[in-house]
Amino acid sequence: MTIEEFARRLRAHEITSEQVTDECLHRIDAENSRLNAFILVMADEARQQARDADGELAAGRDRGPLHGVPISLKDLLDVKGVPTTAASRVREGHVAASDAAAVAHLRQAGAVLIGKTNLHEFAFGTTNEDSAFGPARNPFDPSRSPGGSSGGSAASVAAGMALATIGSDTGGSIRIPAAACGIVGLKPSFGDVSLDGVVPLSHTFDHLGPLAQTVADAAFVYHALLGDAPAALPAPRPVIGLRFAVPRRYFCDLLDDDVRARFEGTIERLRSAGARVDDIDIHHATDIAAVYLHISLADAAAYHAPMLERHPELYSEAVRLRLEMGRYVLAEDYVRAMAGREVLRREVDAALGQHDALLLPTLPIPAPQIGASTVQVGRATEPVRNMMLRLTQLFNITGHPAVSLPMGHTAAGLPCGAQLVGARHETDALIRTALATESYITGAPSPRSGFVGG
Amino acid sequence: MTVDEWLATAIADAERRGLAALKPLLETLARATKTLRAADFNDHPEK
Repeated sequence: MTIEEFARRLRAHEITSEQVTDECLHRIDAENSRLNAFILVMADEARQQARDADGELAAGRDRGPLHGVPISLKDLLDVKGVPTTAASRVREGHVAASDAAAVAHLRQAGAVLIGKTNLHEFAFGTTNEDSAFGPARNPFDPSRSPGGSSGGSAASVAAGMALATIGSDTGGSIRIPAAACGIVGLKPSFGDVSLDGVVPLSHTFDHLGPLAQTVADAAFVYHALLGDAPAALPAPRPVIGLRFAVPRRYFCDLLDDDVRARFEGTIERLRSAGARVDDIDIHHATDIAAVYLHISLADAAAYHAPMLERHPELYSEAVRLRLEMGRYVLAEDYVRAMAGREVLRREVDAALGQHDALLLPTLPIPAPQIGASTVQVGRATEPVRNMMLRLTQLFNITGHPAVSLPMGHTAAGLPCGAQLVGARHETDALIRTALATESYITGAPSPRSGFVGG
Repeated sequence: MTVDEWLATAIADAERRGLAALKPLLETLARATKTLRAADFNDHPEK
């Protein structure tokens, strides 16, 4: 059930928040041992919040599109009175003294907080394998990663355990699991959503945003995170005349055959509908990984250094080693990377000066097997981590808003995702473009009705 | 400090700290640093 459908049926008295919350909790009971999506299920609190939401609505108070909607939270966000584990033993004993700003906004919007989801330890990874609570698993194939670092979050929505979820994205950690699990993931423009009360990974690259089943649902949750609950979405743009830029070099050089076929099919459908699709070039694309690595490693090392000195044994080995790697980044190279960031930002700005959005795949490969360190892409054998970050990390460097949409499935039935990237500080304009193009990217009609409650 | 000099120093320091497993990661970082330093956006006195 989408949030739009929930909202319509709730106000038509066909369902209650308590009923749907119970359905989500039953799904968690049935599936969490298989998927390991949740670290903490807040069943009693969620049922009480759902009853309160039903009572408010009956009394005539409608908080808007998220009223009574069961939502899960990546376990990096503080919820007053419960632990924020960041999927790490380092955080043992922590209890949040107050809600994160985003959580407070969700409560104000009437959301039901159903539980806290699994992630790659401290969000420092793209597969969700390194977690003190064990790996989260992909609902489409539990032997595979759900992507990461917001892997438990994406699995919770894809498996019907929540109607939407909140993730964080430092190199792609909303969009990567959204693509791997066949849902929508929105990384808003840098700075849109407050990070107060969220365990950081990189102050330069961290973003907070929603994962949901549709663009409309993601848009409603995004606005709630801003402390804003609009009764209606912005109108979709007409597809005719929309201008898309496809950065072919680097971004389309290394793609799984099925991903490439789905992506080319998307371009054909958009062109047939009257959109213009141009090839463009990001001149410094081959410097992206180096720029990203030096800044993200230095940021992460600065935050974790005290704990690495006191209790290194509390980190998983792989995460500890990557954090230690960051402690060797030289200041002069960090400064070079920051200069590169500005160059890349200007190049993406320039591409968007002539286009409504960039269009590219989200992941070059389908969800990898859990435990795999390399993956075959055509004739090349590539590190999984490099492949997972390859198409998303640029937009953390530059801060542009980006959304991953489902783009069909591989022959083996694994989800693929396409990414739309909009102008900086124009997340709503990107949402309008995504609303217009969703059905052309998924290749199927999109369920949109337009929320009219509140 | 050249990247090669930095790498040798970093590996030696990691081994001294009991982190010999860092060596392949530092080699990865060194390759990225070479890419970064070779980029044409870097400013320098001869430019």
